[in-house]
Amino acid sequence: MVSVRQAVRAWAVEMKFSLVDQTKLVTAASELARNTLIHGGGGSARLEALEDGGRQGIRLIFEDQGPGIEDVKLALTDGYTTGHGLGLGLSGSRRLVNEFEITTSPGEGTRVAVTKWK
Amino acid sequence: MDRIPILKMGPFLLVTIQVDMHDRLALSLQDDLAERIASTEARGVLIDISSLEIVDSFIGRVLANIAAVSRVLDAQTVVVGMQPAVAITLVELGLSLPGVRTALNVERGMELLRAALESETLGSDGDASTAF
Repeated sequence: MVSVRQAVRAWAVEMKFSLVDQTKLVTAASELARNTLIHGGGGSARLEALEDGGRQGIRLIFEDQGPGIEDVKLALTDGYTTGHGLGLGLSGSRRLVNEFEITTSPGEGTRVAVTKWK
Repeated sequence: MDRIPILKMGPFLLVTIQVDMHDRLALSLQDDLAERIASTEARGVLIDISSLEIVDSFIGRVLANIAAVSRVLDAQTVVVGMQPAVAITLVELGLSLPGVRTALNVERGMELLRAALESETLGSDGDASTAF
């Protein structure tokens, strides 16, 4: 988890994101990496540099082969948790990025992709 | 396993977090602090997070837990030095650290702890100003 945070920070610095945006992206990465680890039983994290008509962005993709999420809407509700946390991981990290995409179904694992544009 | 050092200064304990905190380290700090408060009879805990580049929901919860446990053990906690970008992110994430006292820097944090201790000492002497 610490290494995911450091990699995201290094990319965000390299792409000259503002300090606040760097912090938001690294925090979102930390939340999502923890979800992958705790709820998904481990998985992968991928970073992508995006370029779209002159604007730059970073996309983070977290994938696991865990139990998946039964009720995505509920999982995205502030304060809802199946673990011991505050229930802010998914809902909170969604607020820290520009685009948030979640693909999951019970027994099939979970994939969360988030994008932050500069 | 590495641990975050806890310094004793008079009736207070000082903690400076200078590493990128992983979850287990944060939890061990929580346990260590509770033990040190009890063994040193500390009346206050000052946690300097000025080197922390992020505070996510886990670390936020640990800080809130530390404050709650200290309170039960009759010690005040003050968290100092949060970077502005961290504060903005934390609030947007949905965390406002309820029950955690904060101060801008170590100096102000110490003032806060001293003032809290002083007003308590006055109160236990039966000072008239505490009658209300």
